[in-house]
Amino acid sequence: MSRLDSKKFISLYLLLFAFWLLLSGLLDWFHLGFGIISTFIVTSFCYDMVFVSKEGKDNPTKIIRLFKYLPWILYQIVLANIDVAKRVLNPSMPIEPQFIKIDSYLKSDLSKTSFANSITLTPGTITVDIDENNTFLVHAIATAPADDLLGGTMERKVAHVFLEDK
Amino acid sequence: MLTTITNIISTIFIITGLFFVLVGTIGLLRFPDFYTRMHATGKCDTLGEGLMLVGLMVYQGFDLISVKMLFLVIFIFVANPVATHAIARRAYKVGLEAWRLEK
Repeated sequence: MSRLDSKKFISLYLLLFAFWLLLSGLLDWFHLGFGIISTFIVTSFCYDMVFVSKEGKDNPTKIIRLFKYLPWILYQIVLANIDVAKRVLNPSMPIEPQFIKIDSYLKSDLSKTSFANSITLTPGTITVDIDENNTFLVHAIATAPADDLLGGTMERKVAHVFLEDK
Repeated sequence: MLTTITNIISTIFIITGLFFVLVGTIGLLRFPDFYTRMHATGKCDTLGEGLMLVGLMVYQGFDLISVKMLFLVIFIFVANPVATHAIARRAYKVGLEAWRLEK
């Protein structure tokens, strides 16, 4: 049991309560009372799991770069979804499943998670495992998406967002 | 006039979303093994559901309900790849063989 960190507790409490207000939209005492009680219970369970940052202070440039990254990844998702749709609907079903390995140079947990999620979201590739040597095991549905991924564009972009450029 | 335009836009979004969900389901039926099926369902669903919710948001206009749907879209886009990865990882650890193209 860790020591109660009141600053963390209060900030998470306020955040969750604001979220409750947004979702409920009812401002009478009955619903507010439920909100106050349930938010307190949830906060007391998980205040020490949220806002855990091992990598020091959050840098505002990361957030700006993240918003630049989002449109690109959305565009990639749409492109790759069309690609999978073509493979599914093609009568000869041109798939060639294979496992590939990527040695990544990303360091922080958050950047690795984002990279793994980006790989899984762009169809044609699924992150199956990450081992302690930072090797991503990826299942690819065909050679073309595997080659795209091995080209390293996405990894460079993720590294750029989290200030981990090589 | 304005309602007609928003209706058309939202219909386009919903039909495109439906198309991707349909493709995901056909892929689930056609693909040969577990991993390739994960490709079809885990991701076509993400985009399909996202597009359908965006269509409903356009139809609803800007209010509390559409903000809630926006939260749903964000949640789906974060949670779906995590779930896909978790299932695929478990299958790999258990030692499920992947289907390969015979040459």
